[in-house]
Amino acid sequence: MAHQESVASDVDDSGRVSLMNDPKARGLVFQVLLIIAVIYLVYSGVTNAIDNLARAGIASGFGFFGERAGFDIGQSLIPYTNDSTYLRAFFVGLLNTMVVGLIGVFFATIIGFIIGLARLSKNYLVQKFATVYVEMLRNIPLLLQLLFWYKAVLSILPSPRQVGLEPGAEVVFSLNNRGLYMPRIVPEAGSSLILYALLIAIVAWIFIGRWAKKRQMATGQQFPVFFTGLGLIIVLPLLAYLVTGMPLSLEYSSLQGFNMVDGWVIQPEFMALLLGLALYTAAFIAEIVRAGILAVSHGQSEAAYALGIRPNLTSRLVIVPQAMRVIIPPLTSQYLNLIKNSSLAVAIGYPDLVSIFGGTVLNQTGQAVEVISITMLVYLTLSLLTSAFMNWFNSSVALVER
Amino acid sequence: MKKKILSAVAGVAVVAGLGATGASAATLDDVKAKGFVQCGVSTGLAGFSAPNDAGDWSGIDVDLCRGIAAAVFGDASAVKYSPLSAKERFTALQSGEIDVLSRNTTWTMSRDTQLGLNFAGVNYYDGQGFMVRKSLGVNSALQLSGASVCVQTGTTTELNLTDYFKANDMTYNPVVFEKLEEVNAAYDANRCDVYTTDQSGLYSIRLGLSAPDEHMVLPEVISKEPLGPVVRQGDDQWFNIVKWVHNAMLNAEEMGVTSENVDEMLNSTDPNVMRLLGKEGTFGDSIGLSNDWAYNVIKQVGNYGEMFERNVGASTPLAIDRGVNALWSKGGLQYAPPIR
Repeated sequence: MAHQESVASDVDDSGRVSLMNDPKARGLVFQVLLIIAVIYLVYSGVTNAIDNLARAGIASGFGFFGERAGFDIGQSLIPYTNDSTYLRAFFVGLLNTMVVGLIGVFFATIIGFIIGLARLSKNYLVQKFATVYVEMLRNIPLLLQLLFWYKAVLSILPSPRQVGLEPGAEVVFSLNNRGLYMPRIVPEAGSSLILYALLIAIVAWIFIGRWAKKRQMATGQQFPVFFTGLGLIIVLPLLAYLVTGMPLSLEYSSLQGFNMVDGWVIQPEFMALLLGLALYTAAFIAEIVRAGILAVSHGQSEAAYALGIRPNLTSRLVIVPQAMRVIIPPLTSQYLNLIKNSSLAVAIGYPDLVSIFGGTVLNQTGQAVEVISITMLVYLTLSLLTSAFMNWFNSSVALVER
Repeated sequence: MKKKILSAVAGVAVVAGLGATGASAATLDDVKAKGFVQCGVSTGLAGFSAPNDAGDWSGIDVDLCRGIAAAVFGDASAVKYSPLSAKERFTALQSGEIDVLSRNTTWTMSRDTQLGLNFAGVNYYDGQGFMVRKSLGVNSALQLSGASVCVQTGTTTELNLTDYFKANDMTYNPVVFEKLEEVNAAYDANRCDVYTTDQSGLYSIRLGLSAPDEHMVLPEVISKEPLGPVVRQGDDQWFNIVKWVHNAMLNAEEMGVTSENVDEMLNSTDPNVMRLLGKEGTFGDSIGLSNDWAYNVIKQVGNYGEMFERNVGASTPLAIDRGVNALWSKGGLQYAPPIR
């Protein structure tokens, strides 16, 4: 410390400010204090909870993950039986949540873009339909919509026995109150070649796209990338299929006893949840898309037309790329909403994470603190991952300023 | 969604240390201070705990709560009810949101030992069964392989179902819902072929279906389901009160004391009756209540037999036979330790 004779003596001989008055040092001190306070709060919260749980005689810890679950789950993407552990049940629920989230995001985006564009259509009927769609679906609570799809639409379908199916007879397609039954593709020996062919076709499509872009930049010549790629994706696997001697067969479902067996089934709970989530979120996405397109100044298309670019290309090359900059950030929020809203599944009996883990597992083990905090952590992680992906995507389409 | 929020709030409450009030403080003092018993019941199971058109709750589980209120306050109506799903019930009790859980809850070892809870007795001996449509032409649970089964989540039912099908080498598709009403609606809509829960519940649920006569309960009973009231562990006084309210109702039936003759019985010279009604001894004091605690219970709620007949007995639409729930002296299992 420097000697202090006057007000100005905060500055010592070497011209340095005393630590007391250095804004940087003070800031650092307060930040450290804040961090200590936060750590203490968390620490005391955790120890308090552990003490209280112990005093109340409630089992705690994460040992339950290794125990036998002992209950069955209606829909599972990974092998699961009642002999599996709680950990496996957790993953079954997590995957069920993720699959409905991913497929929901996919359909919500497609429907949302179509409806959003339709709202801008000059066709009276199309435009009014889109308006009614948006105004109706986004103004009715999602839970009610889910119950509508489940109870008012899918539940009143007849049961397989009532449909009048012949017991044992193979059915190509059947929609009844036990689900949507379709043939399942059964791979046989040598069928992996078809998968490889498909992968090769996709990679080829990407390379052709890059090559065509480079060529167009250099020479101005265009190449029909889309149709070439589409052709590749159809022809290559088909060739592989024929060459390997058609190693795929279809497994049909049939009515046996109480239920349909075999085939590929989509359960009504999943259908209702997907319909509800996709249609509801699509209404919001439609508005975002409309706003994004309207945000591109009219002068842009006029300028494009003045250059002789056709309307189709104008929207693809001029309007949409600029609209995307406006669309993507709010679109991310809608994706996050959709994923989190999937927890409403519990109301219609779809075995998602909240239903299996936050419901059955919580009740069997009685460990509310552990189970609920893990469930919250999972949703947090899913949301952050989605955000991270969308931020990356956003930066790749953002306007590059020179 | 309410469910999730409730569990979450309960979780947070435990973290924040509020759970301490639930765990160790004297529940009786809390109850006396607020002036009523907060009783956790089902979301509606006729005969056990269900609200009527006017919103008044009735049923044998409800009557036990009313009995506790009568013992504590001398007023059976000093009860507030929290309708809870199977999933919410233990968290609600652990967190101190309710004082007693009287909600057709099966007494199992894990629940008794791992959840920080105690079962105070068996109010109703039940067993799990199956209900099917008569049109299926099924007359034994062993013919149910391949069926879709509707079941409520977070119940022992779900586990018994798994065990039973496994033991008999049969398969099934579980259709699991959180709320009883949702399971009922799904079964009624033919989403599943079979409904499984406790047999008493099946009889009660059958009445609420759109065409009760088209359904039948299969004869197999696949589990032991002793249903009883639950309290938090670590408060022996409150545990004793709940336990002895139940025992008093059983003892009253055994001694022939009913809500109608209890006033005459006050003059009885039978020492057993005198001890029950508080004319002799200080049994009320020893559980922190007034000496006429059992008198109030019997006067206002009745003995066990009256309670049974009124809610689920032959005169009700449920028409459940006393069966194993008869007194031990009449060939049943209901047996209360003596008051002495």
